[in-house]
Amino acid sequence: MIGELFIDPNRCIGCRACEEACSECPGHGGHTMIHLDYLERSTSVQTAPTVCMHCTNPACASVCPADAIKVDAVGVVLSALAERCIGCGNCVLACPFGVPEVHAGYELMMKCDLCYDRTAVGQKPMCATVCPSGALFYGTREEVEDLRRARPLNLFQFGDEVVRTRNHLMVPAPTGVLPVTWANGPPRSRAEHHLEEALC
Amino acid sequence: MARLPAPDEALTRAFGPHLNYEPPGGFARRPAPDRKVNTHCCFCGQQCGVTLLVKDEKVIGVEPWEEFPFNQGKLCPKGVKRYLQNNHPDRLLYPLVRTGRGFDRIPWDEALDLVAERVTRLQARGGRDSVAVLSGASLTNEKAYLMGKFARLALGTRHIDYNGRLCMVAAGAANLKAFGIDRAANPWADIVTTDLVMVLGSNVSECSPITTDYIWRARDRGAKLIVVDPRLTPIARTADLYLPVRPGRDSALMNAILHAVIRLGGVDQDFVERHTTGFEDVRATVARYAPETVERLVGIPARRISEAAELWVQAPRTMLLHARGIEHHTKGVENVLACINLVLASGKIGKPGCGYATITGQGNGQGAREQGQRCNQLPGARDIENPAHRAEVAVAWGVAESSLPGKGATAPEIMEMIHRGEIRGLLSICFNPLVSLPDATFTREALERLGFFVAIDFFLSETARHADLVLPGSLHEEDEGTVTSTEGRVIRIRKAVDPPGAARPDWEIVCDLARRLGRGALFEFHSPADIFEELRRVSRGGVADYSGITYEKIERQMGVFWPCPALDHPGTPRLFEGGRFHHSDGRARFHAVDYRPPAEDVDDEYPIILTTGRVVSQFLSGTQTRRIGPLVDQYPEPQVEMHPKLAARLGIRDGERVRVLSRRGDVELPAHVVSTIRPDTVFIPYHWPGRRSANRLTLRAYDLIAGIPEFKVVAVRIERLSA
Repeated sequence: MIGELFIDPNRCIGCRACEEACSECPGHGGHTMIHLDYLERSTSVQTAPTVCMHCTNPACASVCPADAIKVDAVGVVLSALAERCIGCGNCVLACPFGVPEVHAGYELMMKCDLCYDRTAVGQKPMCATVCPSGALFYGTREEVEDLRRARPLNLFQFGDEVVRTRNHLMVPAPTGVLPVTWANGPPRSRAEHHLEEALC
Repeated sequence: MARLPAPDEALTRAFGPHLNYEPPGGFARRPAPDRKVNTHCCFCGQQCGVTLLVKDEKVIGVEPWEEFPFNQGKLCPKGVKRYLQNNHPDRLLYPLVRTGRGFDRIPWDEALDLVAERVTRLQARGGRDSVAVLSGASLTNEKAYLMGKFARLALGTRHIDYNGRLCMVAAGAANLKAFGIDRAANPWADIVTTDLVMVLGSNVSECSPITTDYIWRARDRGAKLIVVDPRLTPIARTADLYLPVRPGRDSALMNAILHAVIRLGGVDQDFVERHTTGFEDVRATVARYAPETVERLVGIPARRISEAAELWVQAPRTMLLHARGIEHHTKGVENVLACINLVLASGKIGKPGCGYATITGQGNGQGAREQGQRCNQLPGARDIENPAHRAEVAVAWGVAESSLPGKGATAPEIMEMIHRGEIRGLLSICFNPLVSLPDATFTREALERLGFFVAIDFFLSETARHADLVLPGSLHEEDEGTVTSTEGRVIRIRKAVDPPGAARPDWEIVCDLARRLGRGALFEFHSPADIFEELRRVSRGGVADYSGITYEKIERQMGVFWPCPALDHPGTPRLFEGGRFHHSDGRARFHAVDYRPPAEDVDDEYPIILTTGRVVSQFLSGTQTRRIGPLVDQYPEPQVEMHPKLAARLGIRDGERVRVLSRRGDVELPAHVVSTIRPDTVFIPYHWPGRRSANRLTLRAYDLIAGIPEFKVVAVRIERLSA
């Protein structure tokens, strides 16, 4: 039974342990399939990991002209098959979450396959094992709901289209569908207001 | 004559730092391991469990060690990539002697003879105390014990101190004064079950990342979080209450919070009367620190200070955690005592989910301050000036009490004495003072005046470049031993591979030196286990009693918390249960603390406060982490972090290189303009040497009790390069 990944950007501390651990996974050749970004470092230390969400109907697979991206029986979207991938980059353009990358020199789409070699034998993915803040959690929906106040969400609305994913985003309150819109920087935290009040 | 034997650039070409990115043979061809070794990370005091993968006697990778209870597989980026320090091109493989051109290889026997000859000659001329030892808190308990014994009995010098002087000593001294013992009062598991976590001067997300998860697990249960820090760190970002204190004003802030707690009726009178002494002095002192009175001083509106007191009083259980942010001060001990006053006054200690801890910085920051390598200390955390303690150790070592030297100089004082020519010889291990001590220009001058300098090191650190002789010792994964983590949990460090080339385990080198100095009979150790057996025995009856701890018991229990005075004793995860403290009367001590200004306050000439610290991808002086490619890529060079308001006033753009000047020197670094820091404060991380060293700016001002330098408040000015 392969579990699910729960991503809570609120807990993320930007340490990049996930990237460093992912690069240690066999078959990655020292590259990471998870990416850590600052939302807007000039005003906030908020960071967030970006990793394949494993869509139920993955856009990357449907636009692949070589039919190189497969979904397995439990819904894991696998990395492109090396013998089929033509490095066209369609998947990079199609993914609503901005996940896949085509590595120069490899001419091959590489992305997270949920640590298939580990999770298939009952281990946790490297990123979620090491994450020191719990921003990445691997397990079942019941487990995470039992442990945490934040709630899992896996329906995202891009324009008119709703995308269902295998992995979840943790959000502060129960939410049905999360509309994904262009935000102008991260939301202001209470602590940021407290800093503005500092007497200098 | 310890000037550099060759230009810095030539030494860098020969000895690095070079960057290691891949396991031996590269990622593509990484084989399956022959064996897996469960050990711990070599870096910070969290001491996360980690599994090293070994193939053909080389460390080829890492796996999380999920069974170890403290971190359950969690690691920061340093823990993931720490294995890349092994098989490193910069690794020292042979003893090296300085020549006119650089360093040349020398056989071990000649090297050890040379140390004995030069040390003996210096001591014959200048007395035994003319030779000093600088040691480190990343060493195992066994090595820390050995270094203390070596200095006092083989060299016969009083001058041994360690780099914990830059880390744990303010908290240690304050804990000893208040509690009669110097250890975290609670295991980390108590963080999870508390109702309020208060974190002061600790960027836990970068400096002790695993603690972040403990805090979040408490918050998942509904606990509140207060963070006190001049920088809005990742853990501060989500806090319920963030107090952006002006650097150097912590004792005034803590007095004000206690003032407000007393006003709210938050004093546990019963606890105070039954288990403490000295509260009336504290009450009288904090009466002068109303939040409204000190708000301009501490830089935080009074209503926020009162809010902290309200949260504190409302929470049935609290955990107060602090680290170097309040300790790196000329009043570091006072800042810590002011925190302890709040904890004691409200009786919130010694209970499940309720207590207090300083977060240890270095790998063995706890254990290395107990085994007798501190200038004022003998094994078992005994006091070198206490006649009864001296007698106990003298008996255990089989020497006359009168032959034990007295209290020596602190590490910064040793450097001052070298500068004045009073100390002529130096043996250093596990310490890179040229990067880590304040006023790096002064440190370099001191190193250049040494008559003889021998360094035991695994890479040629910036300090070791000044040595006459460099002895290649062992990396963390090349020897057995124990360390004591931030919780006070004694754990096992396991050897994964042998030292490469002609490099040797540190303890063997030190025992060989003792033999050549004619004291071999006191150093008949054949393994780290031998040293631990003696350490256990000598610690019996001391404050830090390890006598009931064995290697086997550590492995069976996944660590043993000291004090552990008997083999059938399970260890002591939580201290002070039932309000029993370690002073002879069983009571804790309050200490009234009046605020004092920092040693160097801002003025018209130097109007900006500089505070220094760490980044998550580097560790301390960077001897190891500046050689690990993926970690260097995360944060390649120091930047000066400043608020947009300050940048606008100075006309500085983000990314622009600027000059930061203090009364000691200057550095040129890129500006990092971010609104996550107080507008009156700038921040520079200190992990780098030379022209990029934050410690070119810092000052030689120390806490009067603990001797810790004031790294956190420095007066600077900033100039545009083009101006």
